[in-house]
Amino acid sequence: MRTLRAPGGPPGRWAVLAALVVLAVVMLFPFVIVTLNAIKSPAEYSSGGPLSLPQGVYLDGIVEFWQRVDFGRKLWNSFLISGTVALAAVVLSVLNAYAIGIGRVRGRLWILVFFLVANTLPQEALVYPLYYLAKQAGLYDSTLAVIVIFTVIQAAFGTYLLSAVLGQFPREILEAAALDGAGRWRTLWRIVVPISRPTLSVLVIFFFIWTWNEFFLPLIFLISNDNQTVPVALGVLQGDKMMDATMSSASALLGIVPAVAFFLIFQRTLTRGITVGAVK
Amino acid sequence: MARPARRGGGYWVYLIPSLVLFLVVIVVPFAMNVTTSFTRWSGVGTPTWVGLGNYAKLLRDERFWASFQHNVGLIVAMAVVPTIIGLVLAAALFDYIGRRFGTRTASALRAAYYLPQVLPVAVAGVVWGWMLHPSYGAVNQIFGLKVNWLGDSDIALATVMAVMVWFQLGYPVVIFMAGLQRADPALHEAAEIDGASWWRRFWHITIPQIRPEIFVVLLTCTIAALKVFGPIFVLTRGGPGSATMVPSYFSYLNFFQKADVGYGSAIATVLALIIVVVTFLFLRLQERDS
Repeated sequence: MRTLRAPGGPPGRWAVLAALVVLAVVMLFPFVIVTLNAIKSPAEYSSGGPLSLPQGVYLDGIVEFWQRVDFGRKLWNSFLISGTVALAAVVLSVLNAYAIGIGRVRGRLWILVFFLVANTLPQEALVYPLYYLAKQAGLYDSTLAVIVIFTVIQAAFGTYLLSAVLGQFPREILEAAALDGAGRWRTLWRIVVPISRPTLSVLVIFFFIWTWNEFFLPLIFLISNDNQTVPVALGVLQGDKMMDATMSSASALLGIVPAVAFFLIFQRTLTRGITVGAVK
Repeated sequence: MARPARRGGGYWVYLIPSLVLFLVVIVVPFAMNVTTSFTRWSGVGTPTWVGLGNYAKLLRDERFWASFQHNVGLIVAMAVVPTIIGLVLAAALFDYIGRRFGTRTASALRAAYYLPQVLPVAVAGVVWGWMLHPSYGAVNQIFGLKVNWLGDSDIALATVMAVMVWFQLGYPVVIFMAGLQRADPALHEAAEIDGASWWRRFWHITIPQIRPEIFVVLLTCTIAALKVFGPIFVLTRGGPGSATMVPSYFSYLNFFQKADVGYGSAIATVLALIIVVVTFLFLRLQERDS
C-alpha cells in the first residue's frame, strides 16, 4: 500500500538494500571462509589461497583435529556442564522467585539488589578464592565445581527476572489452590511451575547457551584434557605451532557448528527471549 | 495444613538453598578477595599484611592505567559503536526494508547481523585468530598484505576493537528492532504525512521511543566490555608488550602466572567496584529518565 505512493520506488531504495546486503556479507564472511577452508587440503590452501573453491571435500583436517583433542569428549563435557547448570539454576531461580514474587517476603527489594550485584560482579573478583577453596575441598579440575559455580551465577539472573514474572502471577489461581487445601509446596510444583512453563523453558535454553559459551572460569578450573569444555579446548590451542592453516580453520569450524546449531534449533525461543531480558 | 498465610512468613524457607550456595560461591569468595588485596601473598604459605600497599602500587603502575585505557577503547568498540550502528540498522530494517521489501528480507538481514553473537566469544577469537594470522591468515592472503594485525603493538588494539564490533553488532540490532515493534506506528505515519524526512523521523520519533532499550544495551555492553577476557586471551594474551592489556587479563596474569595474588586481588577489587558503580549510575539515570 505504501509503495503505491511511489510506484517502483525511488532509485535510492535499492542503494539502501545493497548497502545492507553488503554489510550482511561482511558479517557472514568469516563463517564462509572458515567453512570453505576447513574442507581443503593444506596443499590446496597453499596453491589456491583462502578464496578458491575446494576441489571436493577433504575431511582429514577436521578428523585429525577431532582425534587429537578428543573433541567428542569436549562436546560431552560442555553438554553435561551446560545441561546440569541450566536445570539446576532454573530450579534455584524458581524457589527464590516463589518466595520473592509470590511470597513477597520481607526485605525482598534488598534481596533482589543482592542478586543483581551478585550477577554483575566480575568473575575475576571471585576466581582466586574459588580456586583456592576448590583445591582445599578436592574439587579442583572437576566438573562439579564448575557446575555449582555457574548454577549460582545463572540463578542470580534467573531470580531477578523470574521474580518480576511471578510478581504478576494471578492471585485468584493461588487463592483457589489454597481453598482446595493445597500447601505452598504443592502449589509451587502443581500450579506455579506448570503455568510459568514458557518462561522457564526460555530460561533453561538461555542458561544452557550462556554456560556453553563461558570461558574464563572453565579455563582456570578445568585444566586436564579430560575435563575441558569446547571453548577452552579451542581457545588454548589457538595459534598453536602444530596447527597449519586448514587445521586451524577446521578447529574454528568445530567451535562454530554447535553454536549455530543451537541457534537454529532454538531460534524462535531465542528471539523471543533476548528481548525478555531487555524489557524486564 | 491450609493455615491462613501469614503474609510472607513461611516463604523464607524457599530462599535457604540459595542463601547457602550464594554464601559459598559469591559472598565468602568476594570477601576473601577483598581481604587478600591488603596482603602480599604468593598463593601458598601465610599472607603478609601490607595494608593499602597494593593499591598504592596500582596507582603508580603504568600497565594498570594502560589496561583501563584499553578498556575505554573496548567500551567504544563493544557498546558505543554497536549502539550507534545498531540504531541506524534497526530503523532501516524496520521501517524501510521491512516496508519496501517485506519483513522476510528484514528478518534475513537481521539474522545475518546476529549470527556472530551466537558464538562463544572464545570461538569468535579462534575464528579471527586464524583469519588474521600473519603468515597464512585469510585476510592477508586475500588482500595481498603482510600486516601483523595482532602482533604489531601500534595496531593490535584497533584490530581487537574491530573484531569486537563484528562480534557485538547483532545484539543491539535485535533488541532495537523488538523495541520498534512495541512502538506506536501512528506517530510515524503522522510524521510521514507531515513530510518529515526519514532522518528527522529517526531522530525525533524512533530514538525517543526506544530509549529504554538503548539504556539496556549500553549498560549490558559496557559491563561486558569491562569484563572482557576471552578474546584477549585467545587473540593477544594482552600483548604485544602490554598493547592490549585489560584489567581482567592483568589480574589473571598476577593470580596464575606471577603468583602475586595480593596484587591480582587488588586489581579485581577495583574492577568489581567500577562495574557495580557503573551499573548503579545507569540504573539511576534510567529511573530519572522514565
